[in-house]
Amino acid sequence: MDHTTRRNVRLPLTAGFATVVVGLLGACSSGTDVGTDTETGDAAGGTYTWWDPYPQHDTSSDWASRVQACGEEAGVTIERTAYDTTALTNQALLSAQEGTSPDVILIDNPAVSTLADTGMLTTVDELGLDTAATDENLLAAGVVEGAAYGIPIGANTLSLYYNAEILSDAGVDPASITDWDSLTAALKAVTDAGHKGITFSGIGTEEGSFQFLPWFWGAGADLRDLDSPEAVAALELWKGWLDAGYAPNSVINNSQNTVWEEFLTGDFAFAENGTWQVNSAAEAEFETGIVQLPGRDGGGAPAPTGGEFIVAPVQEDTARYEVTRQIVECMTTPEGFVETANTFAYYIPPTAEGQEALLADNADLEPWVEAVRNAKGRTSDDLGTDYPLISEALWTAVQNALSGAQTPAEALATAQADAEAATS
Amino acid sequence: MTTTPTAVGTSRDRRGVAGTVPATPAGRRRGRAPGASRWAAVGFAAPLLVYLVLFYAYPLWRNIDLSVHDYTIRAFVQGNAEFVGLEKYAEVFGSSVFGTALWNTAVFTLVSIAFQYAIGLALAVFFRSGFQLSAVLRGMFLVPWLLPLIVSASTWAWMLASDNGIVNSVLEAFGIGQINWLTSPDTALISVTIANIWLGIPFNLVILYSGLQNIPGDVYEAASLDGAGPWRQFWSVTFPLLRPVSAITLLLGLIYTLKVVDVIWIMTTGGPGNSSTTFAIWSYREAFGTGQPDFSPAAAVGNVLIVIALVFGFLYLQLQRRQEES
Repeated sequence: MDHTTRRNVRLPLTAGFATVVVGLLGACSSGTDVGTDTETGDAAGGTYTWWDPYPQHDTSSDWASRVQACGEEAGVTIERTAYDTTALTNQALLSAQEGTSPDVILIDNPAVSTLADTGMLTTVDELGLDTAATDENLLAAGVVEGAAYGIPIGANTLSLYYNAEILSDAGVDPASITDWDSLTAALKAVTDAGHKGITFSGIGTEEGSFQFLPWFWGAGADLRDLDSPEAVAALELWKGWLDAGYAPNSVINNSQNTVWEEFLTGDFAFAENGTWQVNSAAEAEFETGIVQLPGRDGGGAPAPTGGEFIVAPVQEDTARYEVTRQIVECMTTPEGFVETANTFAYYIPPTAEGQEALLADNADLEPWVEAVRNAKGRTSDDLGTDYPLISEALWTAVQNALSGAQTPAEALATAQADAEAATS
Repeated sequence: MTTTPTAVGTSRDRRGVAGTVPATPAGRRRGRAPGASRWAAVGFAAPLLVYLVLFYAYPLWRNIDLSVHDYTIRAFVQGNAEFVGLEKYAEVFGSSVFGTALWNTAVFTLVSIAFQYAIGLALAVFFRSGFQLSAVLRGMFLVPWLLPLIVSASTWAWMLASDNGIVNSVLEAFGIGQINWLTSPDTALISVTIANIWLGIPFNLVILYSGLQNIPGDVYEAASLDGAGPWRQFWSVTFPLLRPVSAITLLLGLIYTLKVVDVIWIMTTGGPGNSSTTFAIWSYREAFGTGQPDFSPAAAVGNVLIVIALVFGFLYLQLQRRQEES
């Protein structure tokens, strides 16, 4: 009895709400409706399919016309579809399962070994590409058991941005920051001068591991050995900053974007962030600069590389590879690299020739080129598909230690046990 | 045949078509073999059946299929996953996360629905008196329901932020120190539960309020003639007469809360560590939260959740049957 009544009362209500909600959602989504949703099935004749993770660049963008130009050079039309980064990996896996892979995918570098492991990617040798000019540390992320499965189209990495006004107020010379001790001393100085110290991202996702790795590697630790004394020292460094009030407690949930927003408030002396913020830093309301992330005992710490690889999924019709190779080569010439770098404003070319050409255009990027040369692929050291599992254990340890659930040593011991169990 | 009943919603619409069919053609085509009309009935029910199989039965079967095979991503692409029986379930039950997730799921669900129900009922009784502006105020209470979850969860995360959240700045104004709502293992679960309670109140309010409309006013008149005060009226009239509505509200709330992912994921991603990881979060994390999708254990955890929800569903049916008998 009350069942029908309830429905009668609820229907008009829910219908009303639905209208409002749909309206709201429409309003929200209208701004983000980008990308070029096109059929991704078998490309017919002169049409080659291309997926990339740049939905911010729509069909009328420079990037899209550049992709198109590479297709025209090879005598074909390119059908480009843009996905969100995480969605792209899933789409790639699904399309491989259905046998409808696109001809070319630009994919985030840690995903390359994952995709390669499924057997869905061609090696660069099969495609007839030359990777000799590519920096080895950057190419490494795409190498699985000696075979390269793609070419980086550019690289980005992390550095330490600083707020020049706060540093001069606190009397800190950025050039003095060369190792952990001098950085911690600088943090003490700016905190004593009434400013906030440093912000970074310790969130429980891949971003958290990405941001922790420079300190982890900078201490000399190895991802196969998460509970080494070096690893513990790195985590104790972060934990010590939190305990001393040099870093805010919110770093535990900070994404890299949040870190950057915090830095842009002008309250923080330092922020760990990437090449992709170069333009935003130049537009900030205060003067900014960068220093290399310091290693424990001086020198630059290897930061993890970010950036996309260009890969070619296996096709049933192997005759397609010839054109695919031409498209890939068009994207990976020195001029092509510089053009890509300029289109995105945050991509450092992965070859020495490309880097020189970029610096000739824009000498300010010198520290970033330096950082990229020092950088290290997350899936390198032949970690490959083990990396995501180890990374999960690592970010969990960072979370547990920073939140005080465990001491750094305990947290990393647990992480090592978890990582061993997961990768065995 | 094109004059279908007014469209209300896809599933209901189809049920409407199938439901009206046997009555009308039977009148028109009197004298034909009963077999024909039965086939017609089947024909008209077919869209619904196809819909149910496609969107209910297949996903359920696929979920079970995923959980009894070892779907690494390689196997996922090549389609040759090895059959491992209940091994993935054993892994899930033996995992160090299991105990934490079970406890968190129980606390999150039970505390959420207890508060949602109590506050929703209090508000429903409050609005029953129908004072001026009560309709407007009642409408305002529905706002949490209207907001996209990403908006409300992000807002909660922002309000509860450790260093610059509004909640902490109020607490500090009263001399209470900073509480790390979302970043301390002691309070993360409490924080997401509070946000979820806020989100669930409108649902309880609406259903319980409409349930209250069903209680005839003369019962209250009789009660007040017998000298029952408002408190006594509530416990002796409102509450017992509302029992069937309460039962379904609690059941729906339970099923809804068991599978909450978005609020927790946006606010804490189940962290710090695993301190706010529920079964639903665990399942989501295994499948989509890391760089390497692990579908089999994710499906196994998902199936555990389905079983828990089913148990409570049967419990509800049992209660209802007993109530009807008495």
